[in-house]
Parts: sequence; structure tokens; C-alpha cells
Amino acid sequence: MELAALLGDFTVRTVALGAALVGVVSGVLGSFAVLRQQSLLGDALSHAALPGVCLGFLVAGSRQLAPILAGALISGALAALLVLVLTRTTRIKTDAALGVSLSLFFAVGTVLLTYLQRHQGAAQAGLDAFLFGQAAALVPSDLRVIGTVGGVSLALVALAWKELKVTTFDADFARSLGRPVLALEFGLTVLIAVAVVIGLQLVGVILMVALVIAPAAAARQWVKRLEGMVLLAGVFGAVSGVTGALLSAAVRGLATGPVIVLVASGIVLISLLLAPGRGVLWQLVQATSQRRNLRGHRVLVDLYRLAQDHRDPAYPTEQGMLDAYFGRRSAHVLRRLERRGLVERVRHMPEEGTHWVLTDVGQEQARTLLQPFGERAEGPATRREAPAVRPESEAARREGRA
Amino acid sequence: MSAAVAALQGWLDQPGVTIVLIGALVGIAASLLGAFLVLRRESMLSDAISHSILLGIVMVYLLTGTLDSPLHVVGASLAGLGTVWLTDLLVRSRRVKHDAAIGLVFPALFAAAVLLINVYARDVHLDTDAVLLGEIAFAWLDVVRVFELDVARSLATMLAITLVNLAFVLLLFKELKLATFDPGLATALGLRPVLVGYGLLGLVSVTAVGAFDAVGAILFVAFVIVPPTAAYLLTDRLERMLAYGCLIAIGSSLGGYALARAFDVSIGGAMASATGVFLLLALLLGRHGLVARAWRRRAPEAPPHVGMPAASAPQLDAKTPTSSDGGRA
Repeated sequence: MELAALLGDFTVRTVALGAALVGVVSGVLGSFAVLRQQSLLGDALSHAALPGVCLGFLVAGSRQLAPILAGALISGALAALLVLVLTRTTRIKTDAALGVSLSLFFAVGTVLLTYLQRHQGAAQAGLDAFLFGQAAALVPSDLRVIGTVGGVSLALVALAWKELKVTTFDADFARSLGRPVLALEFGLTVLIAVAVVIGLQLVGVILMVALVIAPAAAARQWVKRLEGMVLLAGVFGAVSGVTGALLSAAVRGLATGPVIVLVASGIVLISLLLAPGRGVLWQLVQATSQRRNLRGHRVLVDLYRLAQDHRDPAYPTEQGMLDAYFGRRSAHVLRRLERRGLVERVRHMPEEGTHWVLTDVGQEQARTLLQPFGERAEGPATRREAPAVRPESEAARREGRA
Repeated sequence: MSAAVAALQGWLDQPGVTIVLIGALVGIAASLLGAFLVLRRESMLSDAISHSILLGIVMVYLLTGTLDSPLHVVGASLAGLGTVWLTDLLVRSRRVKHDAAIGLVFPALFAAAVLLINVYARDVHLDTDAVLLGEIAFAWLDVVRVFELDVARSLATMLAITLVNLAFVLLLFKELKLATFDPGLATALGLRPVLVGYGLLGLVSVTAVGAFDAVGAILFVAFVIVPPTAAYLLTDRLERMLAYGCLIAIGSSLGGYALARAFDVSIGGAMASATGVFLLLALLLGRHGLVARAWRRRAPEAPPHVGMPAASAPQLDAKTPTSSDGGRA
């Protein structure tokens, strides 16, 4: 299907809008979960939503989104409470408490699900869709529910922004300021549960955790400030949601949730590799160019010192001599310096090979480089005393080893 | 065929017996390994592994075209260990924290597996519901001949896996114990705690494959984590923790089956839920449970650990490794 035709389709537009909403909300709230190192709470919350989904269906008697979401939210909150009780009152550690809560709630959920399927005819109602998500089942009234709930959560985050920020980064400081830290943490957990719950229909209980974690983890690579991270995570979430929903609408038989999750994971991978500052490849490129600069500086300084030792600023240094000082072949380094106008070739004893002199600019730069080491910044007029250790040769040896 | 064998065969031919035995074996195999995961604070890795082995199973299915190949064990173990390795890699890159790393890796692998099923294997038996719920109810239909007995295939598989896990725990008990409680000392003594850890997680993957048919991927997690956690509240000794975990697994299998029969619901789900009942009991009544704590608070003069052998075995309260918990404690 053509993209334009796809976007023209009413159902597809509904789905895309829903996916965008879900993505924004889970990206924003996921940022807090990731920063507070509670990512796996999202996992527990999403699995734990299953019994709530079933109970919501049981109470409402049909597949209406609002009661199902309410049920999911309640069972998610109970699961979070179980984690809290287990870790606070017993010696069970966080990881085991999360695992216990996740697996027990999910087990009860499967029991309820099979009960509903065998006794209430829920097989036709498509509760299965909540396992892996089924975007096509999204109707405009669902969209209103998702929009309202998501909008309210985002508004709450905006209202309590300062408090949430200080609680996230320094809970002790927040407490010392008299902020209600416990209430804030509880509220944040409930909001994360809300983000999980509104995505269930689209992504499913199994994979919803990814939409909470991935956009936030990706955004963290690009920016340092919370404001930027939250905004970018919202954008990443929306992009994953919409791309995934459209892809699964265009290709028959693809479950929506997994496609959305793979798109989000792709964004994470790209961010981990390419993000300026933190990206793995980015840092590799930076390190390479720094290493290259350092080599240029060393050759420049060698030339300058040789000229100084010969009390002749225009002393023509033989390339072989520079190779010996540099420790390896310096030809390519010299050519690079030449292109930047710092050194130039001179014809001095042609049978001895190429000779190099510093240009005026080159001398200036070498002096600037040496200044921090307290060496004479004046021109090479007098022979200097032989120094015991040359700082940059230390650096050179280190670099040679690295 | 001797009379004893005939009697055994008659017993095994009852579907209920086979189902309960499979459930109990899944529980024993899982909780033997789970005890160490819980103590190492790596419980959530079992969750990650149980999801991502699906990718290994799907890949082997696409390569071989069968769901019964022993290669599935290899593929799933590779997928499980791959998850652990990728998570480690992410953590070591220091770009994301430990918890987020787990939550990034396994959903991606699981999503890839579900999509592969969607695209290439839509018509086969490998449907996604079975992945989650298991088909223990029909396990007795698929029978293999072992010696002189007709045994359900899942039962034979789980028996083999349980024996392997038991051998692993018994033979490497010292190594596992030290690697769990004091990885530094284990390294100093040349016991290779990292290798032991990977062995443990490799066996978790293998067990997950076996359990996958019976109880599904996620309910397996309940059997890995809940019985050892309940046992952890009952005792301070590692040996007893392992034994209690196995007993709880057997009890959950029996109780869960009865529950499932009574309400006509998912058997795997009911068994997993039953482990929760035991956890609740341990939580209330165990020596580290809420009642005991309240009692001790009421009578603080009573020495809490009367009759414990003096420093003979490491206490489960001892400092557990912190390297793997990513500072979540």
C-alpha cells in the first residue's frame, strides 16, 4: 500500500494517532523510570496488568477500553505494592521481589484468561490481543480514552516538574527541602503504570516494557539535561509507535507490538553508536582525530627544538632525523602539517633526502604548545640546557604504547 | 514385562499423574537453579532468558523445519547466553544501567522471534499462545518409549534436565556456593566464578526450553524465582533452601493441578499461582516471616538464632555479590 493511501485510511490514521500518543506518554514517563533505575518495574507492571485486563473485562462484560485500563492500572499498582512490601518488610531483594510479583500476577492473569475463554466466551472478544497488541482493534473511542488519560498524566508531570526532578536526582535533598518524597515516588510509579497501561492494546503486556525503556535510554545518549531527555524520549516514542503501527498495517500478519519494539530498539542502537559525545562510534572518531592532532604537535615541537638547538629558526631538519625523534615514520604527519602551512620543504643537500623548516605560523604554534610546560617562549636564540624529561615525550611514549 | 513395570505403566497412563510429574520436575529443575539466581541477585535474568530463548527456538525451526530437534536445546542455550552476554556488553559500555540493559535486550530478541513466527511460521504449531501458556494439558498425548515404559515426551525431557541440573548443583556445590557468596575469594582460589555463572545461566536456558513446552515461557519464571524466594524466608542454610524449594515446587504442582481441574483453567498458570500461596505462607510463618518478626520485636531478650551451628556454613544473609545488581539494592 502507498504511504499516502495508507495515511488516508481512517483506521490507519486512528492507529497512527493512538501510537503517537502512547509513544509520547511512555517516552516521557519512561525517562523517569530509567533515571531512577526502575526500568524493570516497568516490566513487572506490564506483565502484572494481565489479571487486571481480565477482571476489567469480567466486570464490564464486554471489551471496553476504560474498565479494562482501570483494571490493569489497579493490578499494576498492586504488583508495585507487593514489590514494595517484599523489599521493605523482608530480606527479599529488589530483583527477586520484581520477579515474584511479575510471575505471580502473570500466572493469575493466565488463569483468569483461560477461565474467561472457556466460560465467558472471551475468545471471540479478542482478549488475546492484549498479549502482543493489536493496533487494528483500536477504535476512535479508545483513542479518546488514551488521549484523556495520557494528557492528564503529561499535565501532572508538567505541574510537578520541579519536584519530580529533584526527587529523581537527589531524594535526600528533596526530603531536606520538605518535599513529600514518598508521595512523589508513589505518584511517579502510578504514572509509569498509566503509561504502561494505555499502551497495552497497541503493544501488549509482554513487550510494553520496551516502549517504556527504549525511547528514554536512546534519548539519554543525545542530551544531558532532563528537559531535553524527556522531550526527545517523547519524540522517539512517538516515532517508534507511528512507524511500527504503519508498518504492521501495511504488511499483513505482523503483530503491532513487536514491530514497534524493534523500531524502538533500532533507535537505541543508532543512539548508542552515533550520539555526539556518548556514542561509541562518535567517541572512536574523536579519539582517532585527537591521536592525529597529537602526532602533528609532536613533530612540530621536535622541529622547533631542533631549530632551537641549532640556534637557527630556519634550520632545515632532515626527514630521517625527524623519523628518529618521532619514533616512527613521520612523512604523512609532515605532509599534513605542510597542508596546514606550518612547515615547508626546503632544498638543502638534495642527496640527503627531504629537509623541513618551520614556517612563521609553525613556530608560533610550537611556542604556544610549549608554553604550558614553562619552557622559554622566546625565539630559538640561545642553546637551552638539556632537560631531563620532556613532558610531551612522556605523552609520546604513552601514546606509542596505547 | 514384569508386574512392577506394568503397575508403573498403568500409573503413568493416567494423564493426571503425568501432568503433575511434569509440573513437579519443571519446578524442581527450575528452583534448584533459581536458588542461586535469587542469592546472586540475578533473578530477572531468568525472565530475560525465558523470553529470548524463543528466538533460538524459532531460528532452529527455520533452519531445520522441525520442533523436535535436539538442536533446539543448543539454539535456545545460545540465545539465552547471548542475552546475558549482550546485557553485560551494554552494562560494560557504561551507556545504560544494568536494569535498563536487561529491559532493552530481551524485548528486542523476543519481538524479533514473534515477528519471525508471524512471517515465516504462521501455520505451524509454534503459535504465540503456546509460548505463553504452555500445553501441559496435552503433554501425555505425545509419548516416547523409554526402556520398557511408554512415557510422555515432556516427562522424559524434564526428567533428563532435572537430573542434569541436580548433578550440576551437587558436583559443583562448593564452586557455586563460593561464587555466589564471595566471588572475590572464588577468583583467588581459581574457581572461575564467571564461568560458573555462565554455566548456571546456560542450564537455566536449557531448562527453559524443556519447560517451554509444558508451562510456557513466562510461567517458567515463576518456578525459577518464587519457590527459592519462599525457601529463602524459611531457612539460613543453602542446603535447606534448595530442599525446601524443591518441596514447594512439588506441592505447587499438586495443588495447582487440583485447582486447575476444579475451575477448568490453565494448568500451568494454576501451578505457577500455587507457588504464590507457598510464598504467602512463608512470608507469614517463616523464620524470617512477618509473624516471626513481630514475635521477636515483642520479646527482644530471646536470642533469635538458638541452635545454629557456630559459623559452620555461610549464612544466607551474608553479603551477596553486588557487581550484578547494578546498585539497585
